[in-house]
Amino acid sequence: MAATHQTRASGRFVYVSGVVLLCAWVLVPLYFLLINTLSSPEAVNAFPKSFIPEFDLGSLTFFANFSGMLSALKNSIFVAAITMVLSITLGAPAGYALSRFEFRGKETFRFLILLTRAFPLPLLALPLAVMFIRTGIDDTIFGLALIHTTLALPFAVLITFSLFSGIPMELEEAAWTLGCTRLTAFTKVVLPLVLPGITASAIFAFVISWNEVFAAAVLTIENRTLTAFLLQNLDTSPLHLKFAGGFILVVPALVFIFAVRKYLFAMWGIANR
Amino acid sequence: MAEIEIKNIAKSFGDYQALHNINMTIQDQEFMVLLGASGCGKSTLLRIIAGLETATSGEVWIGGRRIDHLSPKDRGIAMVFQNYAVFPHLTVFENIGFGLRMQKLPNAEVERRVYRTAELMHIEQLLKRYSGELSGGQRQRVAVARALAMEPDVILMDEPLSNLDALLRMEMRAELKGVLAESKTTAIYVTHDQVEAMSMADRISVMHQGRIAQNASPVEVYRNPSEKFVAGFIGNPPMNFLPAVVASTGHWSVAGCEFAGPDAQATTIDFAIRPEDVSPSEAGISAVVRVVEPLGAHLLVTCDVDGHLFRAVLDSDLAIRAGDTITLAPQLDRIRWFDQTTTQAIC
Repeated sequence: MAATHQTRASGRFVYVSGVVLLCAWVLVPLYFLLINTLSSPEAVNAFPKSFIPEFDLGSLTFFANFSGMLSALKNSIFVAAITMVLSITLGAPAGYALSRFEFRGKETFRFLILLTRAFPLPLLALPLAVMFIRTGIDDTIFGLALIHTTLALPFAVLITFSLFSGIPMELEEAAWTLGCTRLTAFTKVVLPLVLPGITASAIFAFVISWNEVFAAAVLTIENRTLTAFLLQNLDTSPLHLKFAGGFILVVPALVFIFAVRKYLFAMWGIANR
Repeated sequence: MAEIEIKNIAKSFGDYQALHNINMTIQDQEFMVLLGASGCGKSTLLRIIAGLETATSGEVWIGGRRIDHLSPKDRGIAMVFQNYAVFPHLTVFENIGFGLRMQKLPNAEVERRVYRTAELMHIEQLLKRYSGELSGGQRQRVAVARALAMEPDVILMDEPLSNLDALLRMEMRAELKGVLAESKTTAIYVTHDQVEAMSMADRISVMHQGRIAQNASPVEVYRNPSEKFVAGFIGNPPMNFLPAVVASTGHWSVAGCEFAGPDAQATTIDFAIRPEDVSPSEAGISAVVRVVEPLGAHLLVTCDVDGHLFRAVLDSDLAIRAGDTITLAPQLDRIRWFDQTTTQAIC
């Protein structure tokens, strides 16, 4: 008995330290990012560091006034918003079809959706750039949003597929027998039930676009998004500005993902309630 | 008036023929039960009537109107589902009123009908709740109330009680029967539970492998099964079968005893008797007792007759033990005969 007890205690120790390590791995850099962003330039370069932020908004204010910064922020938001709208309007119907209908090639279709993520963007960047220049949508917000939609779409399809599959067919059938058409059954019964999930998957698409840097850097020159803009300018900037830039990029993504984490688990079929 | 007529309905899924030419008429205000084991096609038939499934061929008429090409909402039906299908995002009130709102009835009328049906189903106190806050039995009541509020010509029920526990099921059974009789709607009720079928139905259609084996009143189905399948399916324990060899014209020898029977062409047919229709006696079929199960009022005695399984339900005062040899006399007017090749009843 003592041996089992010991094994259990040491197993618990390994488990707890694993959790602590993983959390530290994620949280410590974020914490440093936070305190360095909120410190004056002198404090950022000083050593040893203080672990309490000074709440000096100097770096952030400087950043906000940096030329081109606001328009890059605006571009990022536009691109992400278009990506969000496109991936839901295209992805949700596909997810619905996958969950409700039996059709030839359904499994292949699902596999192909995943396969779109198998090709790394650097591989596609050059041909895409050429194509974009030919069609005249290079260096436009819409063109970049198209690329980001391709990246976000598989997730939108798979998340909505799992959402719709969670709504019993019987609910829709009951609505039909109670006087609904296919469309009104969808809007009155299915939609209210999946709306939170759809919102989550929209936000996820937004974050994918927000975070994306490679295509943004290759395909835009004048109309850079925030990521591409920072990539270009921060290289040569002083340390405290790099921290501020990183902070501005990371925080919205973190907040959004945290808000929708429940639904992202659902995508992989893990119940988290 | 809502008489339902089903004409030559057939349904196949790919190569699999789920329903073979079903013909059936259900009278106005009749309570018809479709009874059968799972996979016999009873739910498919119900879903075809509801319009949730399209038949491969055939016609469905309700109240003299052909409806098989209409969508479910235009058929004048309401349905109660096995898993209740209570909308989780709406209160009980809005669930019951859902169909009425779809018909764009005035608010006062919706309220009147919701309160009336809620009262009928004893759920007035639940109207403000959501389905997540209800028990299975309460959800079932909401589902029935929602169907009744529509005041449909026909109410279709797909195993509505199968998810409830035994006691609740018995309670709901009686209640449903009363409520439906009062509402004067024609009802089709699908179940695999023969007790449910027996106790609720005006008429039972026993289904087997995509066709209707027998369509008759509960007592008729029990007393005079039209074929061997029905005899074996209805009744718990089911009917006993023993081979009968012709002795002389109209007389058959069964396990050493001779009984007057039909005047059949075949030399061997099946003799059948219900377990409760035999009694211990001086002369009769000799049986070796294998297992004795006391059930309170009765003894369920499982015996061996010439190598065939034979069950008898006997009075529990009898002192019978495993290993005993007993003689059982069948009640003569309860004996039934079945053809061995066609499995049909012989009269």
